[in-house]
Amino acid sequence: MSANQGMNRRQFIVSSALAGGGLLLACQLPFGRRDLLAATGSAFAPNAFLRIAADGRVTVIVNKSEMGQGVYTSLPMLVAEELCCDWSMVAFQASPVAPQYNRVSAPIMVTGGSSSVRTEWERLSLAGAAAREMLIAAAARQWQVAPSQCRAENGAILGPGGKKLGFGALAAKAAALPVPKKPKLKGGAGTLLGKPLHRLDSPAKINGAAIFGIDVSVPGMLTCVIARPPVFGAKVKAFDPAGALALSGVRQVVAVDAGVAVVADGYWPALKGRAALTIEWDEGDGAALSTPSMRAEYARLSETPGLVARREGDAAATLASASRRFDAQYEVPYLAHATMEPLNCFVDLKADSCLIRTGSQFQTVDRDAAARAAGLKPEQVTLETTFLGGGFGRRANPDSDFVVQAVQVAAAVRRPVKVIWSREDDMRGGYYRPMWHDRISACLDGRGMPLAWLHRIVGQSIVAGTAFEKGMVKDGIDRTSVEGAADTPYRIPNLQVELHTTKSRVPVLWWRSVGYSHTGFVMESFLDELAHAAGQDPYHYRRALLKEHPRILKVLDLAAGKSGWGAPLAKGRGRGIAVQECFGSYVAQVAEVSVDVKGEVTVHRVVCALDCGKVVNPDTVKAQMESGIAFGLSAALYGAITLKKGRVEQGNFDSYPLVAMNAMPKVEVHIVASVDPPGGVGEPGVPPIAPAVANALFAVSGIRVRSLPLTPENVLAARPGKA
Amino acid sequence: MILVVNGKEHAVKVDPETPLLWVLREQLGLTGSKFGCGEGLCGACTVLIDGAPQRSCVTPVKDVQGKRIVTIEGIAADHPVKKAWLAEEASQCGYCQPGQIVAAVALLKEKPRPTDADIDAAMSGNLCRCGTYGRIRRAIHTAAGTGGKP
Ligand code: FES
Ligand code: FES
Repeated sequence: MSANQGMNRRQFIVSSALAGGGLLLACQLPFGRRDLLAATGSAFAPNAFLRIAADGRVTVIVNKSEMGQGVYTSLPMLVAEELCCDWSMVAFQASPVAPQYNRVSAPIMVTGGSSSVRTEWERLSLAGAAAREMLIAAAARQWQVAPSQCRAENGAILGPGGKKLGFGALAAKAAALPVPKKPKLKGGAGTLLGKPLHRLDSPAKINGAAIFGIDVSVPGMLTCVIARPPVFGAKVKAFDPAGALALSGVRQVVAVDAGVAVVADGYWPALKGRAALTIEWDEGDGAALSTPSMRAEYARLSETPGLVARREGDAAATLASASRRFDAQYEVPYLAHATMEPLNCFVDLKADSCLIRTGSQFQTVDRDAAARAAGLKPEQVTLETTFLGGGFGRRANPDSDFVVQAVQVAAAVRRPVKVIWSREDDMRGGYYRPMWHDRISACLDGRGMPLAWLHRIVGQSIVAGTAFEKGMVKDGIDRTSVEGAADTPYRIPNLQVELHTTKSRVPVLWWRSVGYSHTGFVMESFLDELAHAAGQDPYHYRRALLKEHPRILKVLDLAAGKSGWGAPLAKGRGRGIAVQECFGSYVAQVAEVSVDVKGEVTVHRVVCALDCGKVVNPDTVKAQMESGIAFGLSAALYGAITLKKGRVEQGNFDSYPLVAMNAMPKVEVHIVASVDPPGGVGEPGVPPIAPAVANALFAVSGIRVRSLPLTPENVLAARPGKA
Repeated sequence: MILVVNGKEHAVKVDPETPLLWVLREQLGLTGSKFGCGEGLCGACTVLIDGAPQRSCVTPVKDVQGKRIVTIEGIAADHPVKKAWLAEEASQCGYCQPGQIVAAVALLKEKPRPTDADIDAAMSGNLCRCGTYGRIRRAIHTAAGTGGKP
């Protein structure tokens, strides 16, 4: 999921040729302003992204999934800015799955990689501009004046002598005009862009009206839960459905690839039916997996050279002749996405069609996988995107697990069916952020700055074995395994980063901020160690190593300044700093932390500075930083998925806790004013928080925790003189 | 069995052990109350039972017959808490928010001018994976000025 490339003009024209109308989807889909949409007769459909009705109402068709980040507001803002419409007349609608809604320059529809605004800015601006030019042309024609004498403002075209016509009145006439091949952006100061507009989807979300995948329902629908293997890779040997079938409300018990599916009138009878099943599993070798032995194996591997991902100078030779070297091993565990809405998928499969309603981040991939599972052609499958109760990467699975499973169930029952995952199913179902082991050795020059850094990374590849392997693995190196380390901006003259890619039955997946969630913690923690070893201030130490990176320096300075870096703190509190460049943005965070004698860490305050280039909506950007910090903090303080005899030891929020209201620090977000191209915001808030907290913990206590999470157990074990 | 939900009586035929959440969602079509954990650990399913917040995922429906049940759909759109939620833009993915709002309505009825400690005590069982806690706290303070009726 790489950075954006500019928009391809041909693609825009092709999009523009899409026929108008016919795009209003079933009412289960997310849409804003129910009243507005009902009235949208779509008098004017200049391109794939925009509809204007005869009454002037504007519908922006959004090709990105709404999972909290606010795309149903930010993307319409991009269109509306250039269209010069009346914002109060704007509604949104989820796009269907079609090539014109693919990610710019990619063959699939996808929401991920913090890329929505980055990739859509130009295409949606041009979509709005094209429609504006057509409305102007329609008005000019009607008034018999030159288009240059007219302009668009707040939903109307204004002409000479006080002439004025609303967009609605012009819609039908504009629709008859040719679509401009090269629409001109109006440029200048934005009327909408950069303003903290209210979210269009908030009313539906606070009234319980927003339809998430789990809320989908049609008459006659059945509900299903699946008994999945107790260990990864296990297979059903035999099962007895009698106990389940004897219960009222249970309709059918069927074997599917994922396990044994219990289909019932509702979730409760399905759950009871599942509990009444007898299943004999062939556990295979999956039952041998255990976290302690995996950790030991990773540690052993880290002693041996891996594939070289980056080489500058000669780190090994420099280290060999160093008078003093610093060695450390870092570990981070598997993590579950734990979206608040557990996985689910609705499928209505007929002989020659398949309707899917679910919260997907990966629509084209899921649709095609569904087609294969159903024995249909992709064009026979309709996938409608609902609201997503969180995504974080889990709903962008190259294996389309939750969709394929539901299609298989639907094929067996031939009735509309919704598969719901319990929280435990969701947490134990795999596709975790990989666990990692890092071994680093470094030495310093005469001024205390890093002279050599030898870094070995051990862990699973996210994309190995998927359709993305070809594009993302080069010479055996999955770039998501080493991003943030191999491309570190710190100036280190002798740098070597190596990778051991391990294989395991435990399925892994991108997890909000992908590789940076791991490397950010390791790099920023170990750099902090070196700063302290050199007797230097961690903030100034970083500054000295980032001289050629003005944008990183700016957020570093901003976060330090706003946090009062260097000023005395309340007794028992320490500050830690960390910075990360990722997804085209720059984030620095300063955390203020205390720790009690039992090793309990409290985070009191987080100051966050962000440079994400041009901003569409500063309030949703701020919200994404707050969100990334909370998400990263849950992982830093509590998060770990562990295995015992192949079984995942966590199941629900008691064993896999999230930061709650009483543990949430005060968060301040400062955004750098910028005219640079837009960067991502969904993920960059995550990586700095764990190292900022760990560094603050060291500052206040002298305890350097190198294994996440920062549980009292790990904190006490890391006390100096322990280990 | 008769349930009184948002001021309306509903006759439902269902296993009496079924958690209220699934009766609301599947029998009555009130999908605003969400399923997050099924164990009383996240608060996404919070509803008011005779004015008190309860986790409907662990409340057998037989226990609430005849009691006054209020769900997110039964809290008026112009309720001060909902207005404050919009003003502070508390929602991200929105999945936890119905439960948060119901819990906040209950808190403000109990404590019309809650302190931060009151908010911590009342709201820490309502998890939000999107981390909207700061905004929720602000929204509760905002709403507190204007009072809250259940
Ligand atoms: S679903 Fe009821 S508390 Fe989580
Ligand atoms: S807004 Fe997404 S879980 Fe709270």
